[in-house]
Amino acid sequence: MTLDLSLLPDGGMPWITASGPHADIVLSSRVRLARNLSGFPFSPRAGDAERLRVLHQVREAAADTALLSRAILLRVDELTTGERHLLHERHLVSRELAELDAPTARSGSAVLVGDEAALMVNEEDHLRLQVFRSGFDIAGAWERAAQLERELGERLPLAYHHEFGFLTSCPTNVGTGLRASVLVHLPGLVLTQEIGKVLTGLQQMGLTYRGLYGEGSEVVGNFFQISNQTTLGRTEDELCDHLARVVAHVISRESEARRVLSRDAGYIIEDKLWRAYGTLRYARSLGADEAMNLLSGVRLAVGMYLIGGLSVYTLNKLLVFSQAAHLSLAEGRPLTEIEANLARARYVRGVLAVEAGEA
Amino acid sequence: MLCDQCRERDAVVHLTQIVESEVTQLHLCEKCAAAKGIETTVAMPKHPLGDFLHAVQQQASPSAGDQVRCAYCQTSLRDFRASGRLGCAQCYTAFEGALRELLRRVHGAARHRGHEYEAPAVSSEETALEQLRERLQQAVAAEEFELAATLRDQIRALE
Repeated sequence: MTLDLSLLPDGGMPWITASGPHADIVLSSRVRLARNLSGFPFSPRAGDAERLRVLHQVREAAADTALLSRAILLRVDELTTGERHLLHERHLVSRELAELDAPTARSGSAVLVGDEAALMVNEEDHLRLQVFRSGFDIAGAWERAAQLERELGERLPLAYHHEFGFLTSCPTNVGTGLRASVLVHLPGLVLTQEIGKVLTGLQQMGLTYRGLYGEGSEVVGNFFQISNQTTLGRTEDELCDHLARVVAHVISRESEARRVLSRDAGYIIEDKLWRAYGTLRYARSLGADEAMNLLSGVRLAVGMYLIGGLSVYTLNKLLVFSQAAHLSLAEGRPLTEIEANLARARYVRGVLAVEAGEA
Repeated sequence: MLCDQCRERDAVVHLTQIVESEVTQLHLCEKCAAAKGIETTVAMPKHPLGDFLHAVQQQASPSAGDQVRCAYCQTSLRDFRASGRLGCAQCYTAFEGALRELLRRVHGAARHRGHEYEAPAVSSEETALEQLRERLQQAVAAEEFELAATLRDQIRALE
């Protein structure tokens, strides 16, 4: 199977357009719901034939839903390692589903990708449905996720317990099965060294943070994924509202930090950010983390109106398409680290030259 | 439990030493353990699964309960304690008591307050039988005879 994502609007990344509220600080808002079908062992425990039957039933049910009727099915178990990495770089599949280090993924693993929603099948739970929205829009993501879940639940018997709620493979997800998260860019708080306090505060508020790629990923480029930690004992609305309230506060702290930076360290910060831009514009080799950190600087500069003529949309694209699996796909072959660094610099240079009107 | 060395702080490191077939157990606090050069970086993981497994392990005094198995998928409480994952929806009923306590620790609550759900109507007993029969066929086809025997017993019980 060759991976063709060209049919998907925005390549399966509705958040990339940067059209949502606070898009310069919040890249995306996501709501994920974990569900299982009753009558089958959970995916890790199920046999090959059972997982294929789960996939079959889910496909049929999804075809009748408003959000996934025209979705594209990608059989993750038929993809190469490189293709699975690519989907992971687009946040379309989790690390668990992609099995990034294994030669093949678990049989029956798949993802249905629609315009506004995606549905992972045979992850650690049979169903992991997720809705991404551009910018800060938890409510919009929850509304669509709830609609899709309702439609699927009317067609598929979901595993539900009168006391524990929706049953999941790992009890950390049981109850609502809901994980709401926002991907935020907080360079102002990092530079003013306020970030430690903010992160501690998040944990005291029952929230947790991770890096750009969720569980187990490191924080690079000042990108933080903030999400609810618990899923049981509160309603879906309460979980979403609580996260939204706290994140709204984080956004205002970040804006304040940026004001302080331009007031107290105006020329220093301006110089630092233009240097980041200059490196991206002209470097001949860029490491993955290095590019991420420089892009963070340029994103901050755009947010502070120091650099004009560059859109957040372009920055979002650079963030995704400058990653290793995307560069490999563009070059049409697997790349060594050195080759990837050269290809990354070439790609970023090209995009920025076009934006600057020089190409 | 107090530290065997200083008798002041709580012991957090439990060391089993075997010297010439003589087994000794040493319980130390973090400070005394560090003084003895024993690695004590038992950093608390900050993701929910980590917290959860930590809670699971704290409870993991081996007991007869560990041998309890879920009749549907054969996962035992011990398997769950090792992996942090349940095997199927029925595990929640099989290990209900132990889970309730763990859920309270992890989520601060053990009762669902979100959306309620009713599955689309099908006779549950019939589907259960149907599913068991299908699983039996698959088990036989895959030559998993031990599983097949268990499934056959379950089918008989339901019939």
